[in-house]
Amino acid sequence: MIEISKKVEQLAPSGIRAFFDLVLGMKDVISLGVGEPDFVTPWHIREKAIFSLEQGYTSYTSNKGMPELRRQIAAFLKTRYGMNYDFDEEILITVGVSEGLDLAMRAILNPGDKVLVPEPVYVSYRPVVELAGGRAVILKTGIENGFKLTPRQIGKACGKGVKALMINYPCNPTGASYTRAELQAIAQVAKKNKLLIISDEIYDELTYDFDHVPLASLKGMKDSVLYFNGFSKAYAMTGFRIGWVCGPAKVVAAMTKIHQYTMLCAPITGQVAAQEALKSGLKSVQEMKSEYKRRRNYIVRALNEIGLECHMPQGAFYVFPSIKSTGETSMAFAQNLLRKKKVALVPGTAFGPSCEGHVRISYASAYDSLKEAVSRINNYLNSENGQGSRVKEQGKKP
Amino acid sequence: MDEILEILSKDARISPAEIAKLTGENVASVKKAIAKYERNGTILKYKAVLNHDMVKESGSVVRALIEVSVTPQKNVGFDSIAERIYSFPEVTSCYLLSGAYDLLLVVEGENIHTVANFVASKLSPMENVRGTTTHFLLKKYKEDGQVLKKQAGTKRLNISY
Repeated sequence: MIEISKKVEQLAPSGIRAFFDLVLGMKDVISLGVGEPDFVTPWHIREKAIFSLEQGYTSYTSNKGMPELRRQIAAFLKTRYGMNYDFDEEILITVGVSEGLDLAMRAILNPGDKVLVPEPVYVSYRPVVELAGGRAVILKTGIENGFKLTPRQIGKACGKGVKALMINYPCNPTGASYTRAELQAIAQVAKKNKLLIISDEIYDELTYDFDHVPLASLKGMKDSVLYFNGFSKAYAMTGFRIGWVCGPAKVVAAMTKIHQYTMLCAPITGQVAAQEALKSGLKSVQEMKSEYKRRRNYIVRALNEIGLECHMPQGAFYVFPSIKSTGETSMAFAQNLLRKKKVALVPGTAFGPSCEGHVRISYASAYDSLKEAVSRINNYLNSENGQGSRVKEQGKKP
Repeated sequence: MDEILEILSKDARISPAEIAKLTGENVASVKKAIAKYERNGTILKYKAVLNHDMVKESGSVVRALIEVSVTPQKNVGFDSIAERIYSFPEVTSCYLLSGAYDLLLVVEGENIHTVANFVASKLSPMENVRGTTTHFLLKKYKEDGQVLKKQAGTKRLNISY
């Protein structure tokens, strides 16, 4: 019998996996559980990918990614955010941001080094820290402050062995994001404590109430930030698996070393498609952005109206309402809702143990589906299982 | 475009109350804005987009695109002659174009003869019409941004991080 490594055995709660399998095996489900845009990759990008295959672009590329693509990213960041990155030394093309985060942890951590990780948090953050031999120091955020980290909280957690801070904004699963002033305060405390900020800004284009500001674009922060972004959300290219990381040459070189041994390079078809995406701009996502904003307004109001406390997030396409009024655990609520009303969502506990009592709802679904889903959730809350009377009492205050 | 117009142009069935939820405004001001748009002619009409291939009774409709060269008139240019032409109920669309000819019409009839008859007896004999070229339409694939077939279902998984 082969023994699995202890480190791996301890990863990820298996209950979530089983729940996912249950959802995937079920038909006619209204899904609010999807972590990707609800439109397919714009046709001109797909067409370019098809054409590249016809032309015979099927080879490896440079480990760092095609130079043309890196040049384009450098130019894009310059015009979009006024950031200056050298295409050859400070940019690496990765297989999505997920690979990039793993590379970063392995490149900077020594056994026992600590990394500040907010919670709720994207599912991979804690595992990549632990797989790299580091220790995650959890910074809990709650609905009362809109799931945002505070500079004070970060400052208090700093100390011996704390090397980096991971942050994702707009955030999956909460949709929380930060204004320039809030970021400046976080940057200041990070700088003071010599933290490297691992900044995952994959949802940057989906910021609704103010302009997105990359942490690395703040004055004096370039050398203290690894800036992650990619094509998945802004261009609906999740399956192409193309992301990028920009940062200090030394760190990027270290990450490239691991990348070349483990991944070799990102797939060429995706890299060619990504170039077309940058060339033709963000028209599709800009159109979707106003649509998402409306759905956000709708879903926040609708959930509060049926008695699930929900904060107003500033970005991405997720809300993270509380289901505590039902008295059920996140997992039980998700399972019952799926079985009885055929609505799928993700239990909050997938995003950290402190997220018990919450669920993640993705509003990257057609408005009609959202409406139907809300009405089914409402039916569920008013049924015996949802312990309707209790819900109603507590549901008055939005 | 105003957000209310944007929402209505995608789905005309949506109620003022729902629009208010989506935009964060109050219902009264949404109603007021819509009433204003209807009054001043910004919103002309609400209608369903049909796939005519699926409508049984409309099986006998034929459509033609007709290029029309006309002689413009003093003072009124093309507008007066265009009005005389588009007033025929057979003409479902009428555009003034730059280039080799002047007006482009979309004409509907029960069959090829009705359309031919319209061209021969109504359109061509008009005083300012210098010439016409008729193209019968074989199949419509996409109209006003709408692909004219039921879209295939999503290929996304029902759940993912």
